[in-house]
Amino acid sequence: MKLTATQESGRLTLALSGELDHHEAKNLIRELEERIDTGLPRDCVLDLEGLRFMDSSGVAILLKLHRRMNALGGRLFVQNVQSQPMRVLDASGIDRIIEISA
Amino acid sequence: MKELNSVRFEFPSLSANEGFARGAVACFAAQLDMTLTELGDVKTAVSEAVTNCIVHAYPDSVGPILLRLRILEGGELEIQVKDKGRGIEDVERARQPLFTTGGDDRGGMGFTIMESFTDSMKVRSRVGAGTTVTMRKRVEKRRKAR
Ligand SMILES: Nc1ncnc2c1ncn2[C@@H]1O[C@H](COP(=O)(O)OP(=O)(O)OP(=O)(O)O)[C@@H](O)[C@H]1O
Ligand SMILES: [Mg+2]
Repeated sequence: MKLTATQESGRLTLALSGELDHHEAKNLIRELEERIDTGLPRDCVLDLEGLRFMDSSGVAILLKLHRRMNALGGRLFVQNVQSQPMRVLDASGIDRIIEISA
Repeated sequence: MKELNSVRFEFPSLSANEGFARGAVACFAAQLDMTLTELGDVKTAVSEAVTNCIVHAYPDSVGPILLRLRILEGGELEIQVKDKGRGIEDVERARQPLFTTGGDDRGGMGFTIMESFTDSMKVRSRVGAGTTVTMRKRVEKRRKAR
């Protein structure tokens, strides 16, 4: 699991690659929240182009980030979602809450 | 249904073994003519079941997880994940989408994902004795050889 963060004015892009399961999620969520809390972005873009695998632990992380951004008055966008992670997001129905694009 | 092949693994409920369990099922399933999507589905289902053992069955300790994989006649993969942990009080309720006892870190979607990514899912559980989840995935017959 690898995280690359880039901030341009009010937009924070967090790019994840590798496999996101409960094992990885434990540390990742802390790192992601830290990035948001220090960057205080208006928009947060989660780029999942390099993410090969995700399960429900990833869904919980997306929901957490969404709530965090809402609390800051900002928005979360999830983009470049690959096929296996997209199937998990579809099954969980969170595309009704979070803006997700393939 | 006749069994054509089977393997068993036992490992401790350490989160580092979640990736191992996914890899093991992918390797074993290579004997079946699965599509990438089907393979992704069974890896996801195994990941959910094993994570549940680690998070819920043994919340404050490390205990054994048993993974049994079988290939059944007609091209069906059976996945069984068993623990000797805390057990589930009300299985019907636990299977409902969004039901969780895991608080903020969990979404209550694991059983829903397992159910939608396989053809059948059975959950047997006894409080204080443990839980067994058995899933089956049929491999769709391809009409044309690729
Ligand atoms: N092996 C198990 N042992 C004990 N309790 C379990 C086990 N598996 C599931 N449960 C119970 O069933 C509930 C629902 O499980 P499910 O996997 O659907 O959701 P979750 O694990 O809470 O959240 P998510 O899977 O989305 O991270 C759990 O919260 C837990 O109470
Ligand atoms: Mg779960």
